[in-house]
Amino acid sequence: MSAPVTATDVEHGENHAPEIVDVSKKFNVAGRQVHALAHIDLTVDEGEFVSIVGSSGCGKSTLLRLILGLDTEYDGDIRVNGKRVERPGLDRSIVFQEHRLLPWLSVEANVSAALRQSRSSAAEKRELVREHLHLVGLDQFAKAYPAQLSGGMAQRVAIARALVTKPRFLLLDEPLGALDALTRLRLQDELVRIVRHEGTTAVLVTHDVDEAVYLGNRVIIMHPHPGRIATILPVTDAVSRDRSDPNFIRLRDEVLSWLGVSKGGSQANTLAVVG
Amino acid sequence: MSLITIATREPLSSSSSLSPLPLSPVARYLRPLAIPASLLVLWELLARFGVADPRFLPALEQVAARGVAEFNHGGLGSNLLASLERDLIGFVFGAGAGVALGLVIGFSRLVQRLLGPLLLVHRQIALFAWVPLISLWFGGGETGKVVFIALAAFQPTLINTWQGVDSIPRHYRELADVLIFGWRDFVWVIAIPGALPQIFTGLHAGLIYAWTATVGAELLLNIAPGLGGRMNEGQHLFQMDLLLMCIFLLGGVGVVFNIVAGTLERLLMRWRMP
Repeated sequence: MSAPVTATDVEHGENHAPEIVDVSKKFNVAGRQVHALAHIDLTVDEGEFVSIVGSSGCGKSTLLRLILGLDTEYDGDIRVNGKRVERPGLDRSIVFQEHRLLPWLSVEANVSAALRQSRSSAAEKRELVREHLHLVGLDQFAKAYPAQLSGGMAQRVAIARALVTKPRFLLLDEPLGALDALTRLRLQDELVRIVRHEGTTAVLVTHDVDEAVYLGNRVIIMHPHPGRIATILPVTDAVSRDRSDPNFIRLRDEVLSWLGVSKGGSQANTLAVVG
Repeated sequence: MSLITIATREPLSSSSSLSPLPLSPVARYLRPLAIPASLLVLWELLARFGVADPRFLPALEQVAARGVAEFNHGGLGSNLLASLERDLIGFVFGAGAGVALGLVIGFSRLVQRLLGPLLLVHRQIALFAWVPLISLWFGGGETGKVVFIALAAFQPTLINTWQGVDSIPRHYRELADVLIFGWRDFVWVIAIPGALPQIFTGLHAGLIYAWTATVGAELLLNIAPGLGGRMNEGQHLFQMDLLLMCIFLLGGVGVVFNIVAGTLERLLMRWRMP
């Protein structure tokens, strides 16, 4: 087991971002204890975009569920805004791999469903929905039903729904994984723009190493059995935003080698790692 | 009785899978009517050429004439309305209770455990087996009839509503948690709309069951104004034309119910059409 790697030491007292302190999670599978996560330590800076990559079973999605508050049975501490996470809240939202839009609601009704527990007035809610549909470029489709949308458009609606509550943290659970390659590339750029516009802190879980390096300020590499952080690689300004830049390719290869994929293999565009 | 409504739809699927020839739109439209129409022609031929005993199989025009006469002077219209009223009252009570209980069972594991086995046994009991019990408990009058009709509508709506709520995908429940929905939000925004297609299937079936039960109640319980009462009359007075005309009317009402339910279903669930 590798020693847990602590993230950058943020010492300014008011950190709103999630702090994950020595978190472990066990599951009981058929009477046997399985360590899904072991001693995870991670502090995400406010406004940061963090990518988590790792093969299947490394506990990435479990970690997101814990941050969301869907599962509160774990050892250690997950603090958001300085308080331990005990349940889901409007300060955190998630985009799943499948869009999970409700097929019987129009696009705008789907987005405003996220505001049912918000205290804003009806007029404010309408304005928020309009603003966020505009943000994802779907103003024209407010009255459409999910069945009328392409996969990429549906996922944009899901992004708008996740952001309409103005959450501090946006959790992204392989949000582009089910899309075709071209749509995925286009939406990656959109995602950068949207997240930056909202000033949200984002945690992205992905299988796609290219995507992790392209979007993240840091790339966190996790290893399975038990799920743990193997290393954290910073993505410097010299690297980001240019997929054909030698620095980008070098970092991508480094991530791949951490994941146990040889560099020779990575030349042949083996970007997705499926364990 | 509702068999008639089902039978008229039958030829559509069977003939379309058999015929490899492309048909004109008019022919396509008329095709489902081909077999019922030929049966009517056969009937007319049998009656006209004296093959069948006219006492048992009166000619078509005689049945039609009887229908016109009954509507004009025999009070058939008010009989039809009496049956429809009984049917709809029973349907509203039975289907209302079915949807309500179906929702409760669908949501509550506890109620599901408590009532599930009982309802499964209840399903095994033929509807008409309740007739003697109902006539003793509620009498053979109007109350007994409506209870019987309600019981008929209750079953399919209950089972379908229950299953509709039960089959809401787990990931929608997780979504409700993430959007911090309260239970009211969950019921109105996710559960009921999600179960609606299946609730509709139940209501549709309930409508047809209730209509079947209406005639059953009118034939088996006390005689009262209604189509069943007229059929009793036709049987006792050996008036085949009256009897056959009532059967046509029953089928016709069933067809209308089917069309109305289908149209409402399409209107309410437009989101399913891309």
